[in-house]
Amino acid sequence: MSQHQTPPKDLPEAPSTALTPAGITRRGFLKGAGITAAGTALIEGVQVFQREAVAAAPQNVKEFGPEPFPVTLQINGKAHALQIEPRTTLAEALRIQLNMTGTKVSCDRGVCSSCTVWLDKMPVNSCMTLAIDAVGHHVTTIEGISAADEMHPVQAAFVRHDALQCGFCTPGMVMSCAALLEKNPHPTEADVRYAVSGNLCRCGTYPKVFAATLDAAGQLASKA
Amino acid sequence: MATHTPHSLPDAPLSAATEAAAATKIVSMPIGIPGYTLHEEQRTVPASEPPVLPVNSDLNFIGKSLPRWDGRAKVTGSARYTADVQLPGMLYACFVNSSLPHARVLSVDTTAAESHPGVKGVHVIEQVFGNAVLRDPSLERSKLPIVRYAGQPIAAVAAVSPQAAEEAAAKVKVKYEPLPFVVDADLAREPNAPLVFPGAADQAGTAGGGGSEGGIPQTGNVHGPAVRKQGDAEQGFKDADVIVDARYTTQVQTHSALETHGVVADWKPDLLTVYASTQGTASVREELAGYFKIPKSQVRVITEYMGGGFGAKFGAGNPGVVAATLSRKTGAPVRLMLDREEEHLSVGNRPSSDQRLRIGAKKDGTITAIQLISFGTAGCGTGAGCAGPATNLYKWATLHVEENDVFINAGPAAAFRAPGHPQGAFALEQSIDELAARLNMEPLDLRDRIDENPVRRVQRKIIRESAIWKSRNPRPNADPGPIKRGVGLSQSIWYRHLTMNCGAEVRVHKDGSVEVLSAVQDIGSGIKTVLAQILAEQFGVEAAKISVKIGDTNYPVGPNSGGSVTTASLTPAVRDAAWQAARKFLASVAPALGAMPSDLTLSGGMVRSASGKFQPLAFRAAAAKMNVDEVSAQAKRIPDYDPKKYDTYGGIDVAEVAVDTEAGRIHVKHVLSVHDCGRPINPAQVISQINGGVIQGISYTLFEHRLLDPNYGLMVNANLDKYKIAGSYEVPQVEVQLTESYIGQSSTDASGIGEAAGIISVGAAIGNAFHNATGVRIRQLPMTPAVVLAALNQPQPSMESL
Ligand code: FES
Ligand code: FES
Repeated sequence: MSQHQTPPKDLPEAPSTALTPAGITRRGFLKGAGITAAGTALIEGVQVFQREAVAAAPQNVKEFGPEPFPVTLQINGKAHALQIEPRTTLAEALRIQLNMTGTKVSCDRGVCSSCTVWLDKMPVNSCMTLAIDAVGHHVTTIEGISAADEMHPVQAAFVRHDALQCGFCTPGMVMSCAALLEKNPHPTEADVRYAVSGNLCRCGTYPKVFAATLDAAGQLASKA
Repeated sequence: MATHTPHSLPDAPLSAATEAAAATKIVSMPIGIPGYTLHEEQRTVPASEPPVLPVNSDLNFIGKSLPRWDGRAKVTGSARYTADVQLPGMLYACFVNSSLPHARVLSVDTTAAESHPGVKGVHVIEQVFGNAVLRDPSLERSKLPIVRYAGQPIAAVAAVSPQAAEEAAAKVKVKYEPLPFVVDADLAREPNAPLVFPGAADQAGTAGGGGSEGGIPQTGNVHGPAVRKQGDAEQGFKDADVIVDARYTTQVQTHSALETHGVVADWKPDLLTVYASTQGTASVREELAGYFKIPKSQVRVITEYMGGGFGAKFGAGNPGVVAATLSRKTGAPVRLMLDREEEHLSVGNRPSSDQRLRIGAKKDGTITAIQLISFGTAGCGTGAGCAGPATNLYKWATLHVEENDVFINAGPAAAFRAPGHPQGAFALEQSIDELAARLNMEPLDLRDRIDENPVRRVQRKIIRESAIWKSRNPRPNADPGPIKRGVGLSQSIWYRHLTMNCGAEVRVHKDGSVEVLSAVQDIGSGIKTVLAQILAEQFGVEAAKISVKIGDTNYPVGPNSGGSVTTASLTPAVRDAAWQAARKFLASVAPALGAMPSDLTLSGGMVRSASGKFQPLAFRAAAAKMNVDEVSAQAKRIPDYDPKKYDTYGGIDVAEVAVDTEAGRIHVKHVLSVHDCGRPINPAQVISQINGGVIQGISYTLFEHRLLDPNYGLMVNANLDKYKIAGSYEVPQVEVQLTESYIGQSSTDASGIGEAAGIISVGAAIGNAFHNATGVRIRQLPMTPAVVLAALNQPQPSMESL
């Protein structure tokens, strides 16, 4: 948890509502739902985390909302204080409140991954992630993966290979592919297909997305 | 209907020709395909035209795969789409949509919605866009528009947040009188089917095509037939040695662009500014000015970036008109972007088809007759005709086409990438293969006999020599195991459609910067890059340094990007403007260089003196010597140099499939796509578009299917979780070969590729590959596992044999 965190003590840290008979909390479900294909490897870890959290849940849980309340989100290394309603998704907080519109929303239902951002380097669908669930995590968006003048190697490779057309899916694609390289610097084409298996592109840029990502991996490897 | 004839899109070449006819010159232009048929031909062109461009290999910028001009903005997220626009005080609007498929709206009570916290305005819709319109409106008396499909917008709410708007929309009370409905196109054709319209109705086409001509007969829900007869087809069939006759059906496909339809409208007393996700800034301006009866000069439309349209995004439509209305009402900018469900329901789709296709041929392959009777549903719109391929792809002696639209209570169709052609080619190209088999001919040999297009001929040669085609076992069903491999091909065709009504301005500044301005929008196909390359070639300045200002009706009018018109229409105007600006530039530096303008040339980025008066001077250094701060030139599209020489565009796709005959799954392994778009200005971008057409074609062929519940009339799969489109796992190896081909028609001789590539031909190529793999014809889309297994268990034979 970051230093700049506003009221972390008051916030429900983790799924705090009681387990439903089926053993799934609503917020636990949303957490799982927000994870993109490339993030599923970490689901198991999340589940362990949930079990511990439930065991440690405090007796008197403070409730939030429905009115807006203050939180601080760590985005691209900067703390942003904002007022959110509990129902606000991370995508809405980014796009509407912070005017960071590089992250796109296309289906608003966790199927297209246009809205992919990283939570501590794990790619998640920000339309399926509540903004309050991002508190205490490092959020990285498309605006945050490159240095001011230099594109991230995946971004540069996308441009070199023309791995984009209308570009609406592109930020999400880039985030999925860059997350892959964080975890796996030497991916195969099958790995790239898996990483973007949740990313829909109606313009059909996939062949060049595969090529660009493999090329970026090669460039990174030769630099390392 | 979509029976295409050359130059049949709106704005046919008209007046410009006569004005400029005065001074002409005769030039020699490259014609044909380098490496195959390249030669020179003469053309008479206006004297003001720039010098003839040589073939791509002799150019520096045009014809090179330069990086997409706005690639960086798109990959870094700084590109601002309509969905991203935020203006101070902007309100969020959403629609209240009909929950019934057919109803009269008796009343709309907005009281509760209006008093909902955060709500600033509510509007009840008086005119619905998109639906077909009754020829005789008096047949239907209703204060508010009749609901013809579930999801039709009825009202809209604007509020300070999206959530407040949605909450308030739920409080709008609509009182309906439900009317009988029909959502199944077969049932809708029956004599006692519920009527979608009480009389004949027509839907106008858009700049992307679609719609229907007026005056076509209508019986019940059947709008048609639109008949075209040439020669005596019955006699043609009598003259035939072989007849193939089959029925094909295809489903409704939704466009599913990733950015939904929508606008941000900002109504000010003297100017309506609209940010629109559109394929036609001109079309949006036109419709808004018309609807609100305000001068066009008081409507500004901006489309800096847009997230895909595929034919469905022309005009202001319901979102545009309603957002502007709400903005006028509330005095604040209003954002109205559709959600994904609305996108599936209300803003267009590709009509279905049910085709009976008969082809008669002589033993040598000569086609004596083609007969196509088609029915298709465009929902409560029209435009289901699909006879383009049957009419235009091959030579025939006689033709008989009847196209029918079947109205159902579903959202209206819209132009969709090569309207009518994927459906038509799915049938035609499988029947042509079937005919070849019956004649004991190879598929390519038969096509060589019946298709004289010189480009297609070269493309077939390329296919013949390709590894994928050589790997094809001509004997169907040759693999003994449960997984069977097959290879098949299909041709595609599209037309040289042009929009004459477009132009551009080019400016050169004293600091050496150069800019091009046009209202044209970049729909993802890369026109920004193309324009930069044309200017780069003229001025010898790096393409990335050219300032490209488009997507704004403040600039000279651009073409609406539909029917693959953009590159073919606009690039000659841009090149002409660049050439004229360069001449003005030379005139403005001539005094400082102590030369006559006629002594100066600008080529390869250098200003030279023909008489050797001075050493070649770099463009930028020369610009500093301009005697004015800026020179500029505007040019409009002039008619094609030789419009009588009509050319089609097209290509051939070859698909390799592996059919799992136990699970019923078709895996597309590899597609070879050989296509023609005239002079490719940026080959990488052309290839991107072809990849996209191929993948969309696979998606259409195997997965996509709009499903309507016959009991309630609702779409059951109106989001991308249930409406399956191809994703990364379904993408085969796509290999593209461009046929660079010159026809000597304009100062760039370029054309578009959006329609011709992939989407038209991949369905039939997969169908033919499936037949090659299994020996069975599959005549129904989408080829889902259930359809595949049914076909394998109960092959549908050709209906008739002679
Ligand atoms: S917008 Fe989040 S997954 Fe589609
Ligand atoms: S580039 Fe248009 S959706 Fe992917």
